[in-house]
Amino acid sequence: MSSHEYTPSSKFGKWFNDRLPLLTLANHLTDYPTPKNLNYWWTFGGILTFCLITQIITGLVLAMHYIAHADLAFGSVEHIMRDVNYGWLIRYVHANGASMFFLAVYIHIFRALYYGSYKSPREIIWIIGMLIYFLMMATAFLGYVLPWGQMSFWGATVITNLFSAIPLVGESITHWLWGGYSVDNPTLTRFFSLHYLFPFLILGLVILHIWALHVPGNNNPIGIDIKKPSNDTVPFHPYIVIKDIFALLIFLIIFAFFVFFSPNILGHSDNYIEANPLVTPAHIVPEWYLLPFYAILRSIPDKLLGVIAMFAAIFVLVILPWLDTSKVRSALFRPIYKQFYWFLVADVLILGYMGAMPAEGIYLLVARVATAYYFIHFLIILPILGRKERTLDVPLSITEPVLGGMPNPSMAKAKSDKVKINSLG
Amino acid sequence: MSDSDKKKPNRRDFILTATTAAGAVGVGAAVWPLIDQMNPDASVKALASTEVDISSVQPGQSITVLWRGKPVFIKHRTPEEIEEARKVDLKELKHPEKDEDRAKKPEWLVTLGICTHLGCVPLTNKGDYEGGWFCPCHGSHYDTSGRIRSGPAPTNLEIPEYTFVDSNTIKIG
Repeated sequence: MSSHEYTPSSKFGKWFNDRLPLLTLANHLTDYPTPKNLNYWWTFGGILTFCLITQIITGLVLAMHYIAHADLAFGSVEHIMRDVNYGWLIRYVHANGASMFFLAVYIHIFRALYYGSYKSPREIIWIIGMLIYFLMMATAFLGYVLPWGQMSFWGATVITNLFSAIPLVGESITHWLWGGYSVDNPTLTRFFSLHYLFPFLILGLVILHIWALHVPGNNNPIGIDIKKPSNDTVPFHPYIVIKDIFALLIFLIIFAFFVFFSPNILGHSDNYIEANPLVTPAHIVPEWYLLPFYAILRSIPDKLLGVIAMFAAIFVLVILPWLDTSKVRSALFRPIYKQFYWFLVADVLILGYMGAMPAEGIYLLVARVATAYYFIHFLIILPILGRKERTLDVPLSITEPVLGGMPNPSMAKAKSDKVKINSLG
Repeated sequence: MSDSDKKKPNRRDFILTATTAAGAVGVGAAVWPLIDQMNPDASVKALASTEVDISSVQPGQSITVLWRGKPVFIKHRTPEEIEEARKVDLKELKHPEKDEDRAKKPEWLVTLGICTHLGCVPLTNKGDYEGGWFCPCHGSHYDTSGRIRSGPAPTNLEIPEYTFVDSNTIKIG
């Protein structure tokens, strides 16, 4: 937060800004001091904003052609694919956009885990982020039901039945969610309504997420508190803006590859069969981004406990700022945490793979071990490690390790002055 | 709170409490229709019963009919299957129920075709139990009485309300 008062240069600007300080806000966002050592893992916030806007715009357009009715929905999606001008493109961008959104959010979350971005004073940013993630999963699930294919129908059936595990009121809740005695037309119409609503809730939370971020400022790869503005920061514009745009373009190449060359590879072919309440597909799997949670659900042999474990897997992430007791943020200075971090990455990938496989034999056994390890990591390893681990010395500023490595301190000083001049000019 | 902090409630406190309570009731009354509109509506409830002609179902055969949007299995059991279902020791069962209590006429078993785990449709004549069901989603096995024998499902296949209208017709619901 820059302390200086911003005054618009034009007379009209000043008049307007006195009544609604939008120009002050724009100036804050432009000048916002950002750590100068942010790496490319920090570009995913911008990429995610892009993904959300893309989903909202393509979704808005699809809603102009889609019909939310059990008898017409499946046909209307094919109508979009075949008849509507560029309908195929818009739908493929929307469907693959959901996957790209989750790809980016997983990288964003794992970046935060590696560099300790969830720690004090950024707990609220992290919790809002987890709410966004949870709403994203809900939105993606609701959206997947809309084409009314076999996977839509049976995915909706399985997920809504999770609530029937609740003792006493479970059945009433599922009937309330369905608006009937099974997933049917009333379910589809309300899912469409909520699928339209949730992205705007996410947008609101994103604004709070960024607002909460701008209070302490960005974390950075070495995870230290920095003085702002200082030698250690650069203004958001143009430095971070141009870097974010470059990363976004690379991301768009991958996005475009899926949309134009393999638009269905992340989906499931059963969803091109219209919903049939009498036949369950042989092998029900959710979309790839939900697989780790699905594996946790299936690895518990008890219905209620399985559902509890699945929600607990998300909840441990919410309380993570208090589970990780280490004061040092970045894994760069936590040699043992760094190893456990990669174990966790591997564990989540294994869970994802097991979620896609049938729940039997060796797959089930591995899924159970991986589920246990997931909870051990958060509930046992992190609290103990924070107290026991010998961390490396943390530098006092971002510039210091650069200067310390210089054979000639005067040269180093000259260099740091230059950086300062650049950041001012 | 110490004793000195405790004040005798006066008329203002009473009015505040009463107003808040009345307000809460008003908000509740306004919100309830918005919640209740999601419950099954009159048109859905109107379709709540189905009559099925079972005269053509031979012993050993099973048919699936749709009731309230859900599949219902009507199985014409053979004498061997009935005997198999009745000789099971109740202690072996995860959800102990006598076969006699699950079928009004022993040769006709009527159950919901919905796995009690997460609602998939089990496959007829599949799984570890002869003449039983197997749910492909998460691997629950049901016996020829529709009782859960292994897998994650917590309870037996549900028996819907049904009556024999005459010897060839079942009314479900």
